[in-house]
Amino acid sequence: MNQIPHHPQIPIFLTINGTLHELKVEPWVTLLDLLRERLSLTGTKKGCDQGQCGACTVLVDGKRVNSCLALAVSRDGAEITTIEGLAENGELHPLQVAFIERDAFQCGYCTPGQICSAAGLLAEGHTPSRAEIREHMSGNLCRCGAYTNIADAVEDVLMPRIAAKEAAE
Amino acid sequence: MNRFEYIRPATVADAIAALNEPAARALAGGTNLVDLMKYDVAQPSRLVDINRLPLKSIEITPSGALRIGALVTNTDLAWHRDVREKWPILSSAILAGASPQLRNAATAGGNLMQRTRCYYFYDPSTACNKRQPGSGCSAIGGVNRIHAILGASDSCIAVHPSDMCVAMAALDASVEVEGPDGKRSIPMSGFHRLPGGEPERDNTLKVGELITSIIIPKPDFGAHHTYLKIRDRLSYAFALISVAAALRVEEGIIQDVRIALGGVAHKPWRDFDAERSLKGERVGTQSFKQVADFILRDAKGQGDNDFKIELARRAIVRALEQAAAGTPQDQADKSIH
Ligand SMILES: Cc1cc2nc3c(=O)[nH]c(=O)nc-3n(C[C@H](O)[C@H](O)[C@H](O)COP(=O)(O)OP(=O)(O)OC[C@H]3O[C@@H](n4cnc5c(N)ncnc54)[C@H](O)[C@@H]3O)c2cc1C
Ligand code: SF4
Ligand code: FES
Ligand code: FES
Repeated sequence: MNQIPHHPQIPIFLTINGTLHELKVEPWVTLLDLLRERLSLTGTKKGCDQGQCGACTVLVDGKRVNSCLALAVSRDGAEITTIEGLAENGELHPLQVAFIERDAFQCGYCTPGQICSAAGLLAEGHTPSRAEIREHMSGNLCRCGAYTNIADAVEDVLMPRIAAKEAAE
Repeated sequence: MNRFEYIRPATVADAIAALNEPAARALAGGTNLVDLMKYDVAQPSRLVDINRLPLKSIEITPSGALRIGALVTNTDLAWHRDVREKWPILSSAILAGASPQLRNAATAGGNLMQRTRCYYFYDPSTACNKRQPGSGCSAIGGVNRIHAILGASDSCIAVHPSDMCVAMAALDASVEVEGPDGKRSIPMSGFHRLPGGEPERDNTLKVGELITSIIIPKPDFGAHHTYLKIRDRLSYAFALISVAAALRVEEGIIQDVRIALGGVAHKPWRDFDAERSLKGERVGTQSFKQVADFILRDAKGQGDNDFKIELARRAIVRALEQAAAGTPQDQADKSIH
């Protein structure tokens, strides 16, 4: 073990759900632990802590990543969106609405990660088929097995957007 | 996680200087290194966060080659328009690996350097020569379903887990590195190594060296390629066997061929003698079966993974058939044709 006597704190800036945070963190703190333990944003879940389940998925500069494998210091300056930040002006995000309408969960533990992942997928803009939705949502496991309804909910939001985009082109 | 020093250099020169001690490690996407640090498998004295270095571009060189900055994410590389058009086998292999959110963080350099997924390597309570040289190999005689069938040694039977690297091996890539002694270029076939008596060394990168880019020559296989990945579930799992295959065919005769295998050895496996033996042959299942047998002539199972030899044989034949027909494996529709 390589012990450094006093714990160095590194100053970083993160914009989280639209609010700028000036923080000091030890370099070994993950983005997931920072969100949950320091900032009490417990919507983002810890499943495996190993990149294997997707429960910790958040958007970093608009792209979905596993926050359990990101050291907070290495994301200095980034814009982070968590499940708490998806609703706007008190209105649920269309994906949140679709998940409720489609009953796309049972215990709900994987749901914040599923929805953030789906929000990332919408922004990526290259998922036109059901098979591709399933493949591009495969980084999010659901131990309750709500996959069919999750894919339905994502399809409900994604397909009209693709149709609208194609009509505009 | 152990305690470590964290630095974030702004230039390649500063990064190389900071990496010049044996226990220092570069931090790119962190998707492998942070995982290993959580298990105390990796215990770096210093993390050199390279994410601010200017190594993020994808360029086509004047000779038509592809130059990939070490920090280009797996996502950006796989979906890049030129890569999808001219190096589709690379795009396909990357999209066959990990998950979209992992690929958003994972970088080209980090993918090359990712370590084995051998269960014992991940478990510090067990003996493992790769993690702790001289302690023994728990996988030999242990649970070894995912382990090597080619090129293994008495010290280690681990496999390199990357998909991207298998396509890069097939495409004759080279790895550009920069270190205390200057720059050098390492051909992909000489980048990763077989375990021999030193399984702690995955590759030939030296202390203090940084991968700066990867270069891939202009290919000429048209639609005659595929990346076929066989695994325990349809997505988000490492390969049991994967095959990157590409062919150049004129009037039914094979002019050029590349076959690289993943999941079978400590490095992406290419057999240049086998490829040579296929040149001048007629395309068809007959010649594909012959070459598969030739590639696997020295294959050796470890017990749990014996099935991989027959699986590899069939995967090679199927991949060559897909390449010959110009019908590459689709990574979303998983049915294998
Ligand atoms: C659950 C899970 C599933 C996965 N499935 C797959 C799969 O199916 N197929 C597949 O191919 N991969 C898979 N991966 C692995 C993934 O591709 C790698 O973790 C990733 O490519 C590593 O890149 P990184 O940038 O995050 O590297 P890091 O974790 O930052 O670094 C990895 C290593 O590379 C070194 N390094 C990084 N950049 C450089 C550089 N420029 N020069 C020198 N050294 C460098 C680091 O020091 C470290 O030792 C999976 C990972 C997880 C967690
Ligand atoms: S196969 Fe290699 S990595 Fe796995 S236990 Fe043996 S020495 Fe360690
Ligand atoms: S908690 Fe991050 S992927 Fe499981
Ligand atoms: S709803 Fe329970 S894990 Fe997905």
